[in-house]
Amino acid sequence: MYKYDQYDQSIVDARVAEFRDQCARRLKGELTEDQFKPLRLMNGLYLQLHAYMLRVAIPYGTLDSRQMRMLGHIARKYDRGYGHFTTRQNLQYNWIKLEDCGDILADLASVEMHAIQTSGNCIRNISSDQFAGAAADEVTDPRPWAELLRQWSSFHPEFSYLPRKFKIAVIASDEDRAAMRLHDIGMQLIERDGVVGAKIFVGGGMGRTPMIAPEIKDFVPYEDLLSYLEACLRVYNRHGRRDNMYKARIKILVHEIGAEEYARQVEEEFAHVKTLGIDPPRAELDRIAAYFADPAFETGVSDDIDCSDPDFALWLDGNVHAHKRPGYVSVTISLKPIGGIPGDASADQIDLMADLAERYSFDELRVTHSQNIVLPHVKKADLYALWQHLHAAGLGESNLDLISDIIACPGLDYCSLANARSIPVAQKIASRFADMNRQRELGELKLKISGCINACGHHHAGHIGILGVDRKGTENYQLLLGGSGAEDVSLAKITGPGFDEDGIVDAVEKVTDVYLANRAEGERFVDTYRRVGMDPFKEALYG
Amino acid sequence: MTDSFTTDGVVDNALRFRDDEPHEEPAVTLDSFLGQSNATAVRLETGEDARALLPHLDRLQLIEVSFPVFRDGRGYSAGRILREAGYTGELRAAGDILVDQIPHMRRCGFDSFAPDKPVDAAVLQAALARYDFVYQAAADDRTPVWKLRHG
Repeated sequence: MYKYDQYDQSIVDARVAEFRDQCARRLKGELTEDQFKPLRLMNGLYLQLHAYMLRVAIPYGTLDSRQMRMLGHIARKYDRGYGHFTTRQNLQYNWIKLEDCGDILADLASVEMHAIQTSGNCIRNISSDQFAGAAADEVTDPRPWAELLRQWSSFHPEFSYLPRKFKIAVIASDEDRAAMRLHDIGMQLIERDGVVGAKIFVGGGMGRTPMIAPEIKDFVPYEDLLSYLEACLRVYNRHGRRDNMYKARIKILVHEIGAEEYARQVEEEFAHVKTLGIDPPRAELDRIAAYFADPAFETGVSDDIDCSDPDFALWLDGNVHAHKRPGYVSVTISLKPIGGIPGDASADQIDLMADLAERYSFDELRVTHSQNIVLPHVKKADLYALWQHLHAAGLGESNLDLISDIIACPGLDYCSLANARSIPVAQKIASRFADMNRQRELGELKLKISGCINACGHHHAGHIGILGVDRKGTENYQLLLGGSGAEDVSLAKITGPGFDEDGIVDAVEKVTDVYLANRAEGERFVDTYRRVGMDPFKEALYG
Repeated sequence: MTDSFTTDGVVDNALRFRDDEPHEEPAVTLDSFLGQSNATAVRLETGEDARALLPHLDRLQLIEVSFPVFRDGRGYSAGRILREAGYTGELRAAGDILVDQIPHMRRCGFDSFAPDKPVDAAVLQAALARYDFVYQAAADDRTPVWKLRHG
């Protein structure tokens, strides 16, 4: 885990004072809402349908138990006792009062956390692989690189008023658990001739014009990385469209001028920027990386697990991931109980997860872009005890990557941009498929729901995607099939006319029936869709 | 810069961080600047290429960069590009400028400001003094923390 030094702490403390002051000016009426808006939007404070919503940054989704407990404390003291984990590996509070914001940020700063750049047209929280530092398949731990980018992008003077928001993901394995190529910049750390560097993809994203990021550069060594990224951003800041906010993301620029031409302009800018001396020395990466050294794993621990409890065996089968060390696994805690709100956790559950991390996972937790929580380093021998604690607290759902492990945006229940509710649809679908045997029979099936075209619920990347729209004043839901945010990245296609709230639940059931009737041995839903195409699904839905 | 403040604590809209005398010649458009050899002040609109000025920096004393709406951040890149190329004359940000944006503009090399709406002096001074440290090198002389860490 990264630890702030006096510089990091000073900067975050200054931000607390600054934002406290800006909130005070707003409360005193010295700033109008119009004047306050750009200021609060640099700090993750949104004015939603019912209240202010505050988004807290969880850099690259990594936190320790002390930080997790603080999130629980804030939920209890300033919110209505809940936190909502997001697809950007962050946490949102939906019921915040403006007059409390300064105190909340001060509480966060006391545990080395902040809400800097969790909104606004700037570089947002850097996302990464939830199994970083634990996965057996990674080239290196991507988090030191992500922390380097966090610092570089914080209060960047040139890139705080970009044409639109800007999201960067860093991964370090071929398996993509962070939807890397659906980011404005995706970085995959690779090794070449014994040197680790970044393969750079630019211009991916979801929203109303989904695009998969093309590769822009095959290898950028550490020594050039920040110069290269500054060049990428500068070309975008100067030439990205500002005439239409729906065409302002970098994906539109890259698409309109072409990846090759964009790469050429970046190279030209890089040749200049590289002369400025803005790249930190290798010693800085080493300094950061030292904080992410392996915890004190035990050696010679057993790989045996007693699976005699069938409920435990079920959970074990779905919710653990291979670890780089023998005798250990990474555990995913599902925040998707049947009928619950995807990604929500109560203050008590947050506290419990903090306690369990301290006891069983070397004090570490991760947030996944699928809105679940990971305990990255759990000894196999501790799994049964851990599961018993989770099960007792309603956190033992064994539905990871199954149809009820739904990504959903807050939708019209909270969000001022939404056209339709997402949460009730997620709840109805999960309830329809509540039978675990049925879910397991369907296998890996990533279902993602957005309540508007902005696609915060990643519907373009769902094996099954659902998009809520407003049709003549009533909520209507379009069905999409065949997307993926993983290494087999693809964009989902719309099936045809939309459905009402109950109709979309029936429609999901129908397409799963088509899958079951057509699948070949070992095929997931998305594999069958890719093989047989849209027609059989359309026939079942509309025929 | 203190003489830019008026008595009621509101800064008038010619805010300078330079010791030299304000440049009197009105700024001309980029097109007319490139078409005449003797102008010493030019105004860049958003979307105009700051690099078009690079061959002429030695005779320029004032470059005014337009910020038509506060959220249009192209001028931040223009400022840095001009300073990175060695321009030392007055670099003025003009237009819809919020007081809380001025610290970032200072870091991008701007040393004078002509905001459309007056700026509160106390708020500006607090904003400029707020951060003791910065994370990245830019067009000012502030030392990034990585350099402080590693000497």
